[in-house]
Amino acid sequence: MKRANKLFWALIAPVAAILFSLVFVSIILLIKGAQPLSTFHLILSYGSEPENIVAELNQTIAYYLAGVAAAIGFRMLLFNIGIDGQYRLAIFMAAVVGGATNLPSFLEIPLIVLTGVVVGALWASIAGYLKVKRNISEVISNIMLNTIASGLIIYMLQPSRLGLKGVNSDNLATPMIPKSGWMPTIHVFGGELYSFAFVAIGVGILYWVVLNKSVFGFNLRATGMSFRAARASGVNAPRMIFITMALSGGIAGLTGMGELLSQTHTYSLAFPTGYALTGLALALLGRNNPIGVAFAAFFWAFLEQAAPILDLNGIPKEIVMMMQGSIILSTVASYEIVKRITRRQQQRLVGAVDAPRVETDQKGEK
Amino acid sequence: MTRKPPRFISLTTKKGMPNLNLAIELKGIEKNYPGVVANHDVDISIEKGHIHAIIGENGAGKSTLMKILYGMVKPDAGTISIYGSPATIKSPQDSIALGIGMVHQHFMLADNATVLENIVLGSEPIKAKVVVDYAKARNQLQEIIDTYGLDINPDELVADLGVGGRQRVEIAKVLFRGAKILILDEPTAVLVPQEVDDLFDNLKVLTKNGLTILFISHKLDEVMAIADNITVMRHGTTVAEVKPVNTNKKQLAEYMIGGELPSPRPASTKPREEKVLVVTNASANDRTGREILHSVNLEIHAGEILGLAGVEGNGQSELIELIMGLVKPDSGSVNTVGLDTKNANLREIRDAGVGYIPQDRQRDGLLMAAPLWENRILGHQQTEPMASGLWINKGAAKEDSQRIIEEFDVRTPSNSVLANALSGGNQQKFIVGREMSGNPKMIIAAQPTRGVDVGAQAIIWDHLIEARLKGTGVLLVSADLDELFKLSDRIAVIFRGTIVDYLDPRTTTPEQLGLAMTGEKIA
Repeated sequence: MKRANKLFWALIAPVAAILFSLVFVSIILLIKGAQPLSTFHLILSYGSEPENIVAELNQTIAYYLAGVAAAIGFRMLLFNIGIDGQYRLAIFMAAVVGGATNLPSFLEIPLIVLTGVVVGALWASIAGYLKVKRNISEVISNIMLNTIASGLIIYMLQPSRLGLKGVNSDNLATPMIPKSGWMPTIHVFGGELYSFAFVAIGVGILYWVVLNKSVFGFNLRATGMSFRAARASGVNAPRMIFITMALSGGIAGLTGMGELLSQTHTYSLAFPTGYALTGLALALLGRNNPIGVAFAAFFWAFLEQAAPILDLNGIPKEIVMMMQGSIILSTVASYEIVKRITRRQQQRLVGAVDAPRVETDQKGEK
Repeated sequence: MTRKPPRFISLTTKKGMPNLNLAIELKGIEKNYPGVVANHDVDISIEKGHIHAIIGENGAGKSTLMKILYGMVKPDAGTISIYGSPATIKSPQDSIALGIGMVHQHFMLADNATVLENIVLGSEPIKAKVVVDYAKARNQLQEIIDTYGLDINPDELVADLGVGGRQRVEIAKVLFRGAKILILDEPTAVLVPQEVDDLFDNLKVLTKNGLTILFISHKLDEVMAIADNITVMRHGTTVAEVKPVNTNKKQLAEYMIGGELPSPRPASTKPREEKVLVVTNASANDRTGREILHSVNLEIHAGEILGLAGVEGNGQSELIELIMGLVKPDSGSVNTVGLDTKNANLREIRDAGVGYIPQDRQRDGLLMAAPLWENRILGHQQTEPMASGLWINKGAAKEDSQRIIEEFDVRTPSNSVLANALSGGNQQKFIVGREMSGNPKMIIAAQPTRGVDVGAQAIIWDHLIEARLKGTGVLLVSADLDELFKLSDRIAVIFRGTIVDYLDPRTTTPEQLGLAMTGEKIA
C-alpha cells in the first residue's frame, strides 16, 4: 500500500508532464490546421515499425549513457554540460587507440572502451579541479572545454597527424579499427542491435547499486544534499565533488561507443553533437533514476526517429522538438508540485504524532 | 521537568482600566509551532509617543511577536488593538495601512540607486498615470527630513552611505509610507557607539512629534538609556513590564534569565583521571592571517562536563573546528581522544569516539532531504554497525534509528520520514541520539538546546548528564547561562580567542559569569 502510494507519486509527474505537452502540441497543431489525433497516430505507428524500433534502441543506448552521466552529476548538484566535449574527445581517442592496435578481441575491445572512459574522466576532471580548487562554476568551464575539445579534435584529425581523408568523401576520419575491435550486433526485428546495449544496462545497474548501497554512494549523495553536513560527518567533500565530476565524464566517454564499435569503426566529424543537453534533459525527465532515464531515453529516440514522417505528410517535423521542449518544462514544474504535495503529506503525518502531545506538555507545565 | 507559571509584574498599567492613550495593545497573544514554544499569554500595552523596549534572550519569542505585529505570522489566539480599535493584520500591507512600519536589522536597499529612489521604490507618487512624480516625492521627503531632523541627502548614492546613514534611509522609508508606529529590530546591532547616540537622538525627535517606537533589543544599557517603558519576555511570554527609573540592570537580567537559578545539578561524581581532550597553548590564524585563537589551554576529563561560556563570535566555532581537526593549530598542540589533530583528519577523530552536535543543526547536522534512517548513518558511514565493508547497512540503520526515536522521544510516524518534515526540537533530539550512540569518549555539544521546546530541552539535558555518568567527557558550548549553570562541572570563559577564566558553577553567580564574558576579571 505504502509502496504503491510512493510509486504513484513518482509516476504522476512525468505522466502529467507528457499529457500537458500533448495538449500544448495539439493546440499548436490545430492552429496550423493539422489534426492532432491523426498526427500522434502517425508518429506512433511509424515509430513502432520494426526496423525503426531497432534504430531507436541503438539511439537509446547513447542517450541512456549520456542521461546516466548527467544524473550522476545531478546527484552532486553538478550541471555537467561538458558531456558533449567529454564524449567526443573520448570516442575520438578510443578510435585512435583502436585504429593503432590490433590485439585479440578480448583485449582490443576492453582497451578501446577503457580508453573512452579514461579520456572522458580526465577531460571532465579539469572542470572538477577548477571547481574544487578555484571555485569556478562547472557550467562555465565545461562550456569552454566543449569548444576546446572540438578544436583539439579538428586539429588532430588532420591527415598529417592522426586522421585520414575518407576514400569517397572529403570527411576526415581516424584509421579503421581492425576487425578484432568490432563488437557484434544482435539480429532482431530485421535490424542490427548493438551488443553494447548490455554494457549500458550494466552501467545502469552499477550506478544504482553503488549510489544506493555503498558507503561511497552515501558519501556522494550526502555531499550533494548538504556540503556542510557531509563535511561535518567526516566526508572529504571537495574530493567527492572532484570524483563525481570525473565519474560523470567517464560515463559520458561511453556515449557513442556502441556506434563506434558496431557500426562506423572509425571516428569522423559525422558523430552527432548535442548529447550534453539531451543527457541533462533525460536525467531530469527520468528523475536521476536508472530505469526512469532508460524510459526517457527510449521515448526521446522514438520521437526523433518518427519525426521525419511528419514532413512527408505536410506537418513540420519540428513539432517533435516542441513536444520535447514542452515536456522538459512541464516536467520541472510537475516534479516541484509533486514534491510540495508529498512534503505536505509528510508534515501532516508528523503533525498528527507531534501536535497533541505538545498540548499535553503545555498543560502539564501550567 | 516542571517550570513555574510565568510571573507577570505590571508596574505601569492597572488591570481593568482602559487606557485610551495606547498605540498598540496586545492581549493574550499565542502562537504555536509544532514542538516549539513561540508565544503564549503575551500582553503588552504601548503608549502613544513612547519608546517602548522589548527585551529578552535569544529565542524568548521577540521576533515571533514582531512578525505577528507586522502581519508576517498569524497568531493562533489573542487580540491586537491599534489606537484603541481592534485590528486583524493578515499581511505587511495591512500593517502598513494601519500605520505600522518595520525597520529591519538587515537593510533592504539598492546600492546603485539614490536615497530618494530607494525611498520611493514601491510607493511612488504617480502623475499622468505612468510617470513617477519625483518632484512631489522630493517635497514629501524633504518635509520628513525637516520635521524629524534626519540627516540624509536625497540625491546621495546609497552605496556611498555608512551603516548609520543607511539606517536613517530605512527609517525615512517607513515614514514616507505614513508609518506612525515604528518597529526597530535590534537597531543598534550593526552600529558603532557614536552612531548609536545619533540614532537615539533621532528617535527622541520622532517621539516628540507623536510617533511611537517599539525597540527590540537584548542590550540592557541601551534599553535603560532610551526606553520610556520596558517589557521583558522569557520563554515565549511577557514576564514583566517596568519603567527604567524603577528598575536596574540586575533586576532586568533576572527577569530575562528567570530569577531563581536552576536546581537539577548533575550528581557530583569525581571526574576520572583520564583526559579526553588536551589543548596546549594552541593558536590559530584565519585565512587572512588574523589570529582567531590565541594560546588556548583546555582540558576535559572523562566523566566531566566542561561548559564553555562566551559572547558569540569570540572564537567558539574556531575552537570546535580545531578540536575536530578541521583547522590545524599554527602553534601549540591539540590532542583529541588520544589523537594528535595535526596528523588526524575529522573522519579519524570521529571514528576514534567523538560525537559532535553542531550549532547549526539543519546545515551541519542533517541531510534535510533524506529520511531519518539515512541521517542515522551520517557521521558513522565508515564504521560498524552502520557500514559493513564497502556497503552501508540499511537494516542496522533502520533498527538503530527506531531505537533513537523511542529513547529520545522523537515524534515522528516512522524512520522513513524526511528530516525536514520534523520540528526543530525533534530534529535536535534525533541528532543528540545519533551522536551519543556507540558510547563516544567525548561529545562536543554546541548550543544543544537552542530554539527547542522545554520538553526536548529536558530530554537532551538528561541524556548529557547520563553520558557524563557513563564516563563521557562533554564540551558544552552554550550562550544559555541557565544551561551552563545546570550542567557544567566547570565553566571555562572564552574571550577574544583565548580562555580567560575558569569558574566553579557552585560558587559563581550569573552576574559574575556575565562580567567574565566581557573580559573583566572577577576579583
